[in-house]
Amino acid sequence: MNGDDTVIVGRGGSDRGGQGDLTDHLIETSLWTDQDVEAAGIPIVDVPFVSVGAGLGSFAMVDFLRSGGVPVGEIRVLGDSITPTETYEYLATNSQIPRHERLRSDSGSVMDNIWGFPSYALREAWSKRSPRRVWQVVTEPILDEYFTPQAGQVYESVEREAKRIGWEDMVVLGYVRMVRKRHGGGYFAVQTRTEPRGTTRLAYRCRFVHLAIGYPGVAFLPDLQEYRDRTGDFTRVVNAYEPHDHVYEEMRRRPCTVLVRGSGIVASRILQRLFDDRTDRGAQTRVVHLFRNYVAGPQGDSARFRRPGANGFAYQAFNFPKAAWGGQLRVDLEKLDGEGRAELLGKMGGTNTAPRRSWKRQIEQATADGHYEQQVGSVEAVEPTPTGDAIVTRIRTSAGDRHEINAQFIIDATGLLARLDEHRLMADLMEHTGADTNPYGRLDVEPNFEVRGTASEPGRLYASGSMTLGGYYAGVDSFLGLQYAALQIADDLADHGLGKRIRTARSVSQWWRWMRNREP
Amino acid sequence: MTPTLSGRIQTRLFLVATVAAVWTLIIGPALVPIAGGGAGISDVYRLAFGALVLVAVVGIAWELLYHGLQQYRWEKDWPTLFGLVTGLPEGIVVFALLSAGLPWDVGDVPTDAFTVHFATTWLVIWLVANGPMRVAFIRWRFRGGQLL
Repeated sequence: MNGDDTVIVGRGGSDRGGQGDLTDHLIETSLWTDQDVEAAGIPIVDVPFVSVGAGLGSFAMVDFLRSGGVPVGEIRVLGDSITPTETYEYLATNSQIPRHERLRSDSGSVMDNIWGFPSYALREAWSKRSPRRVWQVVTEPILDEYFTPQAGQVYESVEREAKRIGWEDMVVLGYVRMVRKRHGGGYFAVQTRTEPRGTTRLAYRCRFVHLAIGYPGVAFLPDLQEYRDRTGDFTRVVNAYEPHDHVYEEMRRRPCTVLVRGSGIVASRILQRLFDDRTDRGAQTRVVHLFRNYVAGPQGDSARFRRPGANGFAYQAFNFPKAAWGGQLRVDLEKLDGEGRAELLGKMGGTNTAPRRSWKRQIEQATADGHYEQQVGSVEAVEPTPTGDAIVTRIRTSAGDRHEINAQFIIDATGLLARLDEHRLMADLMEHTGADTNPYGRLDVEPNFEVRGTASEPGRLYASGSMTLGGYYAGVDSFLGLQYAALQIADDLADHGLGKRIRTARSVSQWWRWMRNREP
Repeated sequence: MTPTLSGRIQTRLFLVATVAAVWTLIIGPALVPIAGGGAGISDVYRLAFGALVLVAVVGIAWELLYHGLQQYRWEKDWPTLFGLVTGLPEGIVVFALLSAGLPWDVGDVPTDAFTVHFATTWLVIWLVANGPMRVAFIRWRFRGGQLL
């Protein structure tokens, strides 16, 4: 894949873009020739492998490739941040998981270590010189709750691993809005950058592309979206994943009522913050919690497939049952297609939260004290009160009764936006590169995470992370899921000549390098 | 690692044949004085490797039972603690079978020597299964413990 005008770069971050623009011809053509791109004046960079996203999905992928012997010079990571945990930390912090709080991830899902050993629990025990966490991880979930790592531990250890694998030398900042097939094989990934001298573009001519772009944005419940669109009120109706500290500040200044929507893990976090503010910071907040589907007890007719549930919440330690990551449920799911797969995913996943004792205690206490109440129903309307200092939510219960809930704030804790067509790169991929959607409406991938219909011989295009939910693997949107996907992709890449399969000898020797913090 | 049925069996057979066998060779000489009664190293190895054969063979039946019980767990997992405490019933059954002359005749089973061997071997297997296995076999934990 060498063209006459190829720009050869030695290290990432120094790839220089050009002023060339995407011509109408390029925009309309699904299969690009080298001449098309050269004629548009867009500089071309040759590199075998490009990962788009530069978040934790890209990080997991590159971590495996580096351990598989792929040199820094053969990898480019394209995204808008040099720190792989930046977006994750932003969303986690907004949803009330600061660095000292614990994530919903298990001890062996170690983001900075492809083996999962030593685990987070062992490392925390070692660093704190305390056997407490070892005891917890050995007795979980029977005598103790599942160990989960502190957010800060994850960020700091990823930072160390990023240095070890030469991450910064591979990252090139800028947005990728299209990946098109190349005449003659492989792909062009076009990166756009805003620089002081104006917008520049670069075309990465590569054989392999990996996409790990995460969620396109935050999602609002339709009635709340409609309220925000109609009133322009972005202050009183907020999403748990967007910055909303002003809500907590206001609630500390004066007694308020807040309506929480949603019953997943994020809602649990928000409730914890609201209750903590009452006990620790003197807030006088009254919490109304609105459920659309109320889980009154265990879910499932069969004793062999019954999820614990109570007080409105469906309980499981992680977003899917543990066996979905590597046990029998992973095997079951991989055998299913279409609706059957969507059905099993729905039963294992859906809205659920972790059964943490501290959260249950807080809810019991707050209920007894009268500042937490649950309501069940569907929302008919959301409107500002005549005085403008509150919002009224009109709900209808399943029995047909109508209620009104007055609140100063509404926190939507129902999730993130996952529609593919809301993302420019994904929309372009479906229009021009042959990608399609799965039964969940997300990106259709093979069990090895190759995006179906996008092969450009001898090139391959892969995707991992949240955008592939609905495929053959349930836990795609998790640390371990990102690593699982990365391993599948790395194996496939090795079969196609990029890097080596990590077999026992390489695995052990690479692990020993990791232990000594030596580069792969 | 969240096991599948075949993963359970494969992991058990592999660990008994490798880690447990090596550990037994190492600890054998230390068991001689514990066994007492004029037992020599060959008697101790006869006893200890007999126990390993039973852990492997009878263990397949145990794994079927564990897998059945696992079906009643929503997470379809097998907590680490279960992997440790199941050593107790398994040890009792192995002791009884050895005493009954299976898989071969070892005479009267010296309780102390058997207990030290079985408990330490079980612990070593458990420790290796909860960490180092992932280093040697990077796909193992994603495949429910399957090695093949």
